[in-house]
Amino acid sequence: MAIIEAQGLGKSFRVADKQPGLGGTLRHFFARRLKDIPAVRDVSFSIEPGEVVGFLGANGAGKTTTLKMLTGLIEPSAGAVEVAGFRPFRRQASFLRTITLVMGQKQQLIWDLPPLDSLRVNAAVYGIPEAEARRRIEELAEMLELGEELRRPVRKLSLGQRMKAELLAALLHRPSVLFLDEPTLGLDVNAQVRVREFLADYNRRTGATVLLTSHYMGDITALCQRVLLIHQGRLFYDGSLQELTQRLAPYREVCCDLAAPYPPEAFAGFGELESLIGQRLRLLVSREQLTATLSRLLSSFPVLDLEVNDPPVEEIIGRLFREGTVG
Amino acid sequence: MKRSLRLARVLLSVQYAYMLEYRAEIALWALSGLLPLIMLALWSGAGAAADLSLGPAELRRYFLAAFVVRQFTVVWVIHIFEEDALQGRLSPYLLQPLHPFWRYLAAHIAEQATRVPFVLAIVLAVWLLGAGASGWPPPSTWLLGLLVTILAFLLRFLLQSVITMACFWSERAAALERLLLIPYLFLSGLVAPLEAFPPALRRLALATPFPSMVDFPARLLSGAEVDLLGGLFTMAAWTALLLPLFLLFWRAGLRRYAAMGA
Repeated sequence: MAIIEAQGLGKSFRVADKQPGLGGTLRHFFARRLKDIPAVRDVSFSIEPGEVVGFLGANGAGKTTTLKMLTGLIEPSAGAVEVAGFRPFRRQASFLRTITLVMGQKQQLIWDLPPLDSLRVNAAVYGIPEAEARRRIEELAEMLELGEELRRPVRKLSLGQRMKAELLAALLHRPSVLFLDEPTLGLDVNAQVRVREFLADYNRRTGATVLLTSHYMGDITALCQRVLLIHQGRLFYDGSLQELTQRLAPYREVCCDLAAPYPPEAFAGFGELESLIGQRLRLLVSREQLTATLSRLLSSFPVLDLEVNDPPVEEIIGRLFREGTVG
Repeated sequence: MKRSLRLARVLLSVQYAYMLEYRAEIALWALSGLLPLIMLALWSGAGAAADLSLGPAELRRYFLAAFVVRQFTVVWVIHIFEEDALQGRLSPYLLQPLHPFWRYLAAHIAEQATRVPFVLAIVLAVWLLGAGASGWPPPSTWLLGLLVTILAFLLRFLLQSVITMACFWSERAAALERLLLIPYLFLSGLVAPLEAFPPALRRLALATPFPSMVDFPARLLSGAEVDLLGGLFTMAAWTALLLPLFLLFWRAGLRRYAAMGA
C-alpha cells in the first residue's frame, strides 16, 4: 500500500498583475488586478514505503510547491493527496510526528544558540523522554560525525556542519517519511558526499521513505532508484533513473583551458560548442564519442587543464524540454 | 500535563538563553518605555496634578506603577510573525505538533524575565528620587497587581495576535499595529489615569480593551481603589471575544498561506 498518494494534484497562486511605470502603479493602486498562476497541474503519483525517490525539475517547475502540499504547508487547489494515511493540510499532530521537511536554504535551528538547545526544544515538542532524546542525539550525531559542533552557536558553524545539525534536528522524532528540498545546496563536495551517505544509511536502518529534490545529479544517482520529473507544473516522467539518464544526459560536459586563443570554428567536429570565453572552452560530447574526442582534442590543441562533468541537471532538463524529447 | 510542563520549562529556558544574547538591546528597550515617568514629570509640574483630581502622592504612585505595567506588557508578536511569514521561518514551526504562537508567547515571557533587573534598577532610582516617598501599598496589593499585570499582558498579546492574522492577507500588516498605537497610548491610561479623563472620553476609553491593559493593573498596583471583579470581568469578556476571533482568522489565514520564502 502506497505511503504517498497524489491524485490530480494542482495548486494555483493568486498574484497581483501590475504594469510597469507610473500609470501602471496608479492603476494598480486604485484597481488592483489579480490573476491566478498555476504552479502545479494535475500531478499524480504514488510512492511505496521505504522508496527513495528523486524529484527533478528546473527552477520554478513546481517541485517545492508539490513538497509543500505533501507536507501540509499549503492547501492544494485541486486533487487529493494522502501521506501515511493522513490528509496533510489537516496537520494533525500524529501526521506531523510521521513526517519531516528539510529545506537546504532554510533552517529551524536557533541562530544564536548551540544546536543542542534547539534539539532540547524539539525533544520536548515531540514528547521524546529526555534520556531517550539524549540516546537518539548521540546515535544521530555519530552517524553524522557531529561532536563538539553541537555545543557551538549555530552562527559559528560551517554550512556543512549546519546542514548536518539541521538533519539531526529534523530526524530526532524518527519520522518515517522524509521530504528533502535541496539538502546539499551550497555544500562542498566532501560535505555533499557525507550527507548522501548519511541519508542512504538512515533509509537502510529505518526503512524511511524519502522524497528528495536536488540540483545535483550526484545526489540523485547516489540515492534514488526512481525519479519524478516535473516541468512547468506537470509531471513528465515517473520511472527508473537509469532510463531517464539515458534519455536526459547522453552526453558529458568537457571544459578545458587552452594555452592559446582559437576561433570557434576550430572546434567543429568536437561535439557541440557550448561556450568559448577567452581561452576557456566548454563542449558537450556524446558519451560514446567521449574517449575519441578527448584524445583528438588533446592532440590537436595545447590544453592546460581539462575537466569532464555531467552537465547540471537543470541544464539537461532545459535542453530536453527545448528539444521536445520528453512528453 | 507533565509533558506540557516540561515543554513550557524547556521553551522558556531556551528562549531566555536566546534573549540573554540581546541583553544590551533589552536594556535599551526598557529605557525606551519611560513614557509614564515622563508623563509623571509633566503632570507634577506647576499644579497640573490638580487638573487630574489626584494628589501628588497618588499621581507618583500611579505613574510608577504604569511604568512597571508598561514594561511587562510590551508585545511585539506582529513584527516577529510578519518577518517569519515573509522569510519562510514560519514553515518549520507549522510542521511541528505545537501551535507556533506558544513559541512566540514563550519568547515574550523570556524577554520580560530579561527586563527584570533593568526595570528594578529604574524603579529603585525613581524611588530614591522621591516618587515612593509617600509610602507604598502592602505586599498583598503588589502581588495582586502583578497577577493582573500578567493578565493584562496576555490580553494585549491576544489582541495583537488577532491583528497579526492580517499578515496572511497583507505582507505589511505590522502597519495596522502602528495605527492601533495611538488609541492604545491615549486610551490605556499611559498618558493620564482614566479617572482624570472627561466623562465622555472616559466612556469611550472604557468601551475599548485598552484600559484593561494599563489603567486597571496600574491603579491596582499603586494601591488605588478599584472595582476588582468588574475589571477582571472586563478582561474575561475581551478574552472571550478575541480568542475565538484569533482561532477563526488563524484557520482562514492558513488556507491563504503560500509558505513564501520556504
